[in-house]
Amino acid sequence: MPEKVMAWVDERLGLAAIYNLILDRKIPKVNWWYTLGSASLFLFLLQVFTGIFLTVYYVPSPDHAYASVQYIMDEVAFGWLIRGIHHWGASLMVIFVFAHMLRTFFMAAYKYPREITWLTGVILLLTTIGMGFTGYLLPWNQKAYWATTVGTEIPGTAPLIGGLLERILRGGSELSAVTLARFFAVHIWFLPAMILLLLGIHLYLVMRAGISATPDETD
Amino acid sequence: MSSSYDLDRRDFVKIVLAFLGSVMGLILGLPAIGYLISPATKVQKSEDWIPAGALENYAVGVPSLFSFTRSKKIGWEKTVSSYGVYVFRLGEQQVRVYSNMCTHLSCRVTWQEEAKEYICPCHDGHFDIDGKVTLGPPPAPLNQYETKIENGNLFIHFVEGSHA
Repeated sequence: MPEKVMAWVDERLGLAAIYNLILDRKIPKVNWWYTLGSASLFLFLLQVFTGIFLTVYYVPSPDHAYASVQYIMDEVAFGWLIRGIHHWGASLMVIFVFAHMLRTFFMAAYKYPREITWLTGVILLLTTIGMGFTGYLLPWNQKAYWATTVGTEIPGTAPLIGGLLERILRGGSELSAVTLARFFAVHIWFLPAMILLLLGIHLYLVMRAGISATPDETD
Repeated sequence: MSSSYDLDRRDFVKIVLAFLGSVMGLILGLPAIGYLISPATKVQKSEDWIPAGALENYAVGVPSLFSFTRSKKIGWEKTVSSYGVYVFRLGEQQVRVYSNMCTHLSCRVTWQEEAKEYICPCHDGHFDIDGKVTLGPPPAPLNQYETKIENGNLFIHFVEGSHA
């Protein structure tokens, strides 16, 4: 009976074909470093899940941001867990995505025909760091405030366009409610949308070109 | 060797993955449900004796509105809510205090001296001077508060959030 149901569903959705394409791909003999991409993907999904839950209570406004985070930590059931996973998952994700980039570089996996996979990967690394930068401000505590003060002042030192860049980042001359709101918007809408799009291209290309074998002495 | 077990390597990996996946799903999924419903599980109850001033300030026989405010912390926000009660003095030392909240859908009723009734503006609920429903949709009489009189001063036992 279950086989019959599965067959009925599969005939209409073609799940088996998708399964074979994604999970039963032929791959060369590789090592554990080749799991870093999947680990990054897993961490990203974990961040999406916990991030969505955090928005249930978090308020991106200077008069409530800090208090709403305290509320999540102290009063909401398992709020400490959801935020804890999001907090540590963020650091882990930066580490894993970076290590994934190093592996790709040292295994020379960025070469023909995978240049576009590499390029989307570079942007994905940058968006991941952008997520870290924008998310850091959201707790609106002293560390967040001053880290963002410094972080927005660094592009401000650029010649000619520095001042404008800094004002665009801050949404004005000073770090303010406007800054918090735009960092929140970039953190939960702009960057995730960009990551999802690039990740789709990245994964499609990984499946299309397959995984490159580890280089040997003939390479 | 493979014939001694009915499980090949692929199936073993699949089962282990499904098991670990379920465990991780539960570890994250169950707390997530608790996280969402958490504010609903805490019924905020507050009670206090509210001083309503000298009893002699209230006229005998006519309900008069007494308003007061209370501040509380809901979630991450401190809010000040105002409340109104009708103090109805029957005699020298006899007093009844009614909530001005309609028992239908929580609109505020007002005492209409000409009609000698409490009337709710939302759905035309009417209550008589004893708080009993005389007309309209309210399912129950007006809530009454416990009172005490100390040194000629009226105190109202304010209880909130009583419905579980």
